[in-house]
Amino acid sequence: MRTALKARAIAAEVRDPEMPMLTLEDLGVLRDVREEGRRVVVTITPTYSGCPAMATMRDDLVHRLTDAGYAARVEIALSPPWSSDWITERGRQALRDHGLSAPGPAPRSGGPIPLTLMPTARAVSCPRCGSARTELTSEYGATACKALYRCTDCLEPFEHVKEI
Amino acid sequence: MAHSTPDPNDEHGTVYDSLLGTDTSHWAFGTDFEDPLAGVDTTVPAELDAAELAAYCLALADDALVMSHRLSEWCSNAPDLEEDIALANIALDLLGQARLLLARAAAADPSVVPALPEVSPVPAEDALAFFREAVDFRNVRLVEVPNGDFAHTMARLLLFVTVRLAAFERLATPADPWSSDPVLAAIAAKGVKELAYHRDYSGRWFLTLAQGTEESRRRLLAGLAGIWPLYDELRTAYGVGPEADVVLDQVFAVSGVERPDEAPMAGTGHTEALSRLLAEMQVVARAHPEGLW
Repeated sequence: MRTALKARAIAAEVRDPEMPMLTLEDLGVLRDVREEGRRVVVTITPTYSGCPAMATMRDDLVHRLTDAGYAARVEIALSPPWSSDWITERGRQALRDHGLSAPGPAPRSGGPIPLTLMPTARAVSCPRCGSARTELTSEYGATACKALYRCTDCLEPFEHVKEI
Repeated sequence: MAHSTPDPNDEHGTVYDSLLGTDTSHWAFGTDFEDPLAGVDTTVPAELDAAELAAYCLALADDALVMSHRLSEWCSNAPDLEEDIALANIALDLLGQARLLLARAAAADPSVVPALPEVSPVPAEDALAFFREAVDFRNVRLVEVPNGDFAHTMARLLLFVTVRLAAFERLATPADPWSSDPVLAAIAAKGVKELAYHRDYSGRWFLTLAQGTEESRRRLLAGLAGIWPLYDELRTAYGVGPEADVVLDQVFAVSGVERPDEAPMAGTGHTEALSRLLAEMQVVARAHPEGLW
């Protein structure tokens, strides 16, 4: 039991390679840590289908757990699909502390997805100066999970983690 | 390619060697294959035919792979940096869908995977992407024809993701017989979230170009008319009807654009554009069938 907790604690502290202020646990991609003797199976889920960080997450998990004396394997869970709602409160605070805007509530599923031809309406405030006067620059950013915004008060650009 | 441990005392070493020490984990990324379905139970449910499931997954995979390649051709060529990044993001999402679907097809029916020399380390998903001939690809023609201008790309993307989103929404519910494969249903459920963003993006550009300048409108109408003859084949391939049409009609109405009346393009199979696309996409993998990446 003690070692299981230890393996989980090690896996939980591995960081997202693209947003290293977040641990895999805070990002909500760490789905399970199973331990049998010194063997550990970690289950993670991709944020987006093509997220290239998955390979790095897997390698980092294996590396850290191997260093701690475990024989580690990483498995993938596709269902249920990752939601930005799974980012923990600690993770949201870490995003804000590092100048990123945390996601609002994910769209509710059920029924046909409505088409939105106007810019996505979000109440996004500037993570630098706190102003609510912000505007969307682009729905797509440096990684699949982020949109680009700018603050019209302090004029700084910033990234917003998208709701999915 | 595998890297050896840097040796700081090696006279042919580089200035970076001392930064790396002896921890080779710096090179972990990219030196190994990552199975996108690692640990996922890929047993085909008894009520489904494995060969038919694999064929269906291949068709969905090939559409995403070829569309992704066409979109990635915009890299460094888009009208501005934001659109360059947006198109690369959408291409990446589709590439991710293609990887999952190719891996699902290979697991359902290993006989679809091209035979390679036994020493080849190429995984099934790469063998399917890089070692099949054009005639074996199951994608629709709409995704393979060459890129026109930005307006043509937006018109094509809107048609493609509208139909694919409608099909994936259905796949993620029990209403679709293929949804009894939990792997395919899970891939679709994940894809729905991505495709919804793609549809909003292309729909907004469609509207912007239609209501922009005389020149942007002219180009949009020309792009739409150019791609429309391939819409019918797309809709038929996905078994999608009114649920996609109603969305397109909404975009057309807001944009002040008439639904085109160009007749569907005759024939089936592929245009010669696919062979040229594959020649470029596959050339490196085929030159090194025993390469490790």
